[in-house]
Amino acid sequence: MITFIPRDKVSKNWIIIAPILSIVFTIFFGLLIFTFLGYNPLETLYQIFVSPFSRIDRISDILVKACPLIIIGTGLMLCFKSNVWNIGAEGQFIMGALLAGFIALSFPNIETKFFLLITISAGFVGGALWAFIPAILKTKLNVNEILVSLMLVYVAMLFIDFIVRGPLRDPMSFGFPLSKPYPEGALINKIPFPGIGFLGQLHYGILFVFLLVPVAWIFVNKTLGGFKINVLGSAPQAAKFAGFKRNSIIITVLLLSGGLAGVAGVIEVSANIGQLQPEVSFGYGFTAIIVAFLGRLSPVGILFAGIIIATVKLGADNAQMTMGIPKVVTGLFEGILLFFLLTGETLQKYKIKWSEGK
Amino acid sequence: MEALILTIIATSIPLLLAATGELIAEKSGILNLGVEGMMLSGAVGALGAVLWLENPYYGIIAGALSGVLMASIFSVFTINFMTNQVATGLGLTIFATGLTGLAGAPLVGKTIPSLPKIEIFLLADIPIIGSILFKQDFVAYLSIAIIIFISFFLKYSKSGIILRAVGDDHQSAHSVGYPVKKIRWYASCFGGMCAGIGGAYIPLVLTPHWSEGMTAGRGWIALALVVFASWIPWRIIVGALIFGGITIAQLVGQARGWPIPSQLLSMMPYLATIIALTMISGRLSKNNSVVPSSLGKPFFGSQ
Repeated sequence: MITFIPRDKVSKNWIIIAPILSIVFTIFFGLLIFTFLGYNPLETLYQIFVSPFSRIDRISDILVKACPLIIIGTGLMLCFKSNVWNIGAEGQFIMGALLAGFIALSFPNIETKFFLLITISAGFVGGALWAFIPAILKTKLNVNEILVSLMLVYVAMLFIDFIVRGPLRDPMSFGFPLSKPYPEGALINKIPFPGIGFLGQLHYGILFVFLLVPVAWIFVNKTLGGFKINVLGSAPQAAKFAGFKRNSIIITVLLLSGGLAGVAGVIEVSANIGQLQPEVSFGYGFTAIIVAFLGRLSPVGILFAGIIIATVKLGADNAQMTMGIPKVVTGLFEGILLFFLLTGETLQKYKIKWSEGK
Repeated sequence: MEALILTIIATSIPLLLAATGELIAEKSGILNLGVEGMMLSGAVGALGAVLWLENPYYGIIAGALSGVLMASIFSVFTINFMTNQVATGLGLTIFATGLTGLAGAPLVGKTIPSLPKIEIFLLADIPIIGSILFKQDFVAYLSIAIIIFISFFLKYSKSGIILRAVGDDHQSAHSVGYPVKKIRWYASCFGGMCAGIGGAYIPLVLTPHWSEGMTAGRGWIALALVVFASWIPWRIIVGALIFGGITIAQLVGQARGWPIPSQLLSMMPYLATIIALTMISGRLSKNNSVVPSSLGKPFFGSQ
């Protein structure tokens, strides 16, 4: 019989050990399942975890894939820290991309890159507005934000599909559901490296991540706003006694996370696609939930977590191409990883004690 | 018209089953957001079993077992390792999406026979009502039986009252000697079983072949239905039929060429969910007694 005994204080060692142990356990159980279902476990392991590092352009592609995950994950961190469960980042990503796309396509001849400031802001507004719906319903009418934000994902997916096949369809697209290409001013370029040229798809959007992570770190650790978010999540009673306005915190974190998801949407489309299409996200909004947890709800952690999860995603693409494994299989790893990470959180606060009998 | 009603009923059964199971779990204090994942597992389990054993009834059993397996994973982590229920439930759905994608890959393109209709002697001959209510498949009858059973179980049986006590105040239930964790395990697995059968119903009756993520958000709508029903079993029937009706209405609209873009019609079930939640939640927050008070809170055992 196992019993849990509360620790006097949170174990510092576990904060580092838990994520590492979780990854080890995840790989172990993942391989067990693969073997059980008749796939070669070592080949799978190589494809998913090693092949993404095999060439320099592949490594830069990891950064490209990690970029939206880190941006969205940072926003979700604020929600999860304050115990607000926004799981609709996927929809906020789409609506951000869509609003920015609408503005970009309204100025077909614009060339200056300063225009990006406008489209990115539009993306923030689009995502934030979409997150405002669950925010206002939760604070005014006590409606569960989990279900509302998730339902809005389906609505957003259908909405962009409608827009791209209807009002914003390019008449010259030969019947394909595509908008017109973005003007030069709304595109994010690849980064040229002297002597090498381009490194895979590596683009300037990645700079936003390097700006965001330190800003988020300062916000969470050094400002009153960050402090309030922490207190509301970990000790709601204390937050009440301290006179923190619960509703305005909830609305703020949802707007910020929705906005950041929207910005991720703009960067993704402007850098990698260059026009609107029915599918712009490929599940980044959901994956970012895992990224936020793997990063232990800290900005620096999320930076690393985004890179790790992006590696697995790319590895799964490779595994699909070479071994025919469906790429949704990344969900398998993400799910198991989340289970163990959460268990690690329990073990931070409790010691395990084994005792004989019942 | 008759055919239309039959389709609406068939569409609402997966929702009804999954929501009923989740209701029992939530009454015991377990909030499992993995319903979508448990339904997917039920669907793929049923497909595999029917392809292998060539009898649709094994699909029901396989669906139930797959659902219970998923619920057991959830229970180990949330009940024994005391992890956050919301995050673990999300993890379960993500995990099951991956697992079923992998397990379902060899099943793509194969079709299974559908669940036979059972005519109830004499009653099936009543005009109109007979063919709607008494010419259904086994799962349809089963789901109604489950609803009736749990209505009585929660209200009148001793076990049902203990289950509610655990969900309302686990500390007190524990101090008078009820095994909180064990009861939650049972309730959670019952929820998994119902969600699994609900998921199995999708390939067994609605679309007889595998496609990735074929539950299409039904698990999430089932979660919303529990709130919509304010944790009262029979209201789930009403809710499920309304959602079945909306789903079918948009399909009919698309087929008949209503002058509304098909995507906007497809949004209707999701928008209806938000509207229903909004209407009910406002009322619930005034009358908080129906929500199980320990819902979603981990139980740390005696301290």
